Amino acid sequence: MTEIAAFFDMGGYAAFVWPSLGLTLVIMLGLLLQTLRQLRVRQRRLADLEAQGAQRFRRQPGAQTSTTGRQS
Amino acid sequence: MSGLVLIVGRDLRLALRQSADAWLAVLFFVLTGALFPFGIGPEPSLLKLIAPGVIWVVALLAVLLSLERLFLADYEDGSLEQLLLSPLPLELAILGKVLAHWLTTGLPLIAAAPLLAVLFNMDMAGLGVLLLAMLLGTPILSLIGAIGAALTLGARRGGVLIPLLVLPLYIPALIFGVGATDAALAGLSARPDLMLLAALLLVMLVITPLAGAAALRQALE
Amino acid sequence: MHRFANPARFTRIADRVLPFVAVAALASLGIGFYLALFVAPGDYQQGESVRIMYVHVPSAWMAMFIYVAIAVASAVALVWRHPLADLAAKASAPIGAGFAFLTLATGSLWGRPMWGTWWEWDGRLTSMLILFFLYLGHIALMHAFEDQQRGYRAAAVLALVGVINIPIIKFSVDWWSTLHQPASVLRLDGPTIHASMLWPLLITALGFKLYYLVLVLLRIKSELIAARLRALDLAKLSAT
Repeated sequence: MTEIAAFFDMGGYAAFVWPSLGLTLVIMLGLLLQTLRQLRVRQRRLADLEAQGAQRFRRQPGAQTSTTGRQS
Repeated sequence: MSGLVLIVGRDLRLALRQSADAWLAVLFFVLTGALFPFGIGPEPSLLKLIAPGVIWVVALLAVLLSLERLFLADYEDGSLEQLLLSPLPLELAILGKVLAHWLTTGLPLIAAAPLLAVLFNMDMAGLGVLLLAMLLGTPILSLIGAIGAALTLGARRGGVLIPLLVLPLYIPALIFGVGATDAALAGLSARPDLMLLAALLLVMLVITPLAGAAALRQALE
Repeated sequence: MHRFANPARFTRIADRVLPFVAVAALASLGIGFYLALFVAPGDYQQGESVRIMYVHVPSAWMAMFIYVAIAVASAVALVWRHPLADLAAKASAPIGAGFAFLTLATGSLWGRPMWGTWWEWDGRLTSMLILFFLYLGHIALMHAFEDQQRGYRAAAVLALVGVINIPIIKFSVDWWSTLHQPASVLRLDGPTIHASMLWPLLITALGFKLYYLVLVLLRIKSELIAARLRALDLAKLSAT
């Protein structure tokens, strides 16, 4: 028990060592989670758009040709 | 070479026609410098101590103010594209623009610096070195600033972006500029700092035309 | 169309490599942190606070490494117009900024018991602060344009200017801090380091590097999808 307490006390530097490690974990995990979430959101949007595009292409195959004048 | 003279001449004429801009930079320089005694108290020994640092930092900010306009007018009225098509290398044209910018902001700031030195009760023994350091240092500020100005052409919030890009790169010039003056005031040799400033000036004279040209080309692509 | 020439191949390779790199990253981070917390000895001068070193120093290494990586990617992007290089630069910058911030924060937490202040204008920390600002400028410029291609180009030029200036900044800050500080000030991480501390440090650093690799692969993948989404949006816009 005292050994564990001594470990967590970090020789009196607990208030500095643990926040350092904690912050490291928070930032590294945070970046990872943000990346994964963004990836997932984009993958979902792409899947939606591609499904939509395929549908529209089937319904009106001439849609691509009537695009003149819209590019700028 | 004559093309370069033409650019500098044209920019100078334009600047003289709007000489209010140069005056505003000088006014900003003196006014902001004069705020410090209100902030920290009028203690002469303290003011004397911080004089070189304050003069340099305020000069840096004054240069920063004028950077956005460096290429913006030419970008908007299309003369930048003509510059790109002209036989004069874009790198040289940029040096011309920077020279014109320095003549209309850096040089007036140097002229106004003795006034701030007096207001801050600075030891006049250091004035010569301060002016010499500014003579070497303010062109560096224009050169680095030109890169920032060229990179932010056409950007959203370009004006706010320039300080973020440019200020970190200004730090070496600030360090050596203040270092030279502090050394002279302490009775030491200002030579090492001045030499380093000169070296920095040479480095930026190479980097700015290259980076600036790359930035302008991609802005006009 | 050169722009989207090989995203499929990149994604395929990335998907194959990612699990291995992720496992390796997790393992080396786990072993590294275990060694750092339980095995490595305390410092005879700094006591247990020296354990902050095992996150502080790898973070600092990563912050510098990633900036150089961005500069290399930028050079490749500008010279060969390789589209993946642009994406790699864009994907790396936030990670580098994160590590720079982490270096500053842990340096401050380490400095408090060692120096007695949260912030000391120590040469290394000051340089890291400037590097952090360089990262922020790069990220801001990358996102400052309507046209993403212009963001790539401008940020690439900025990264190259930055990487040339970093040695100059480092030198000037060292010059300045030795001028203004007594030499007796305790430095973060001394010149010599005992093997019992070096190994945990190196393993943790390896874990950080692998973590970066995982993250940058994921982010490039994500950016590729974003580019495809932009292209589809554009096509949809011109189709209606």
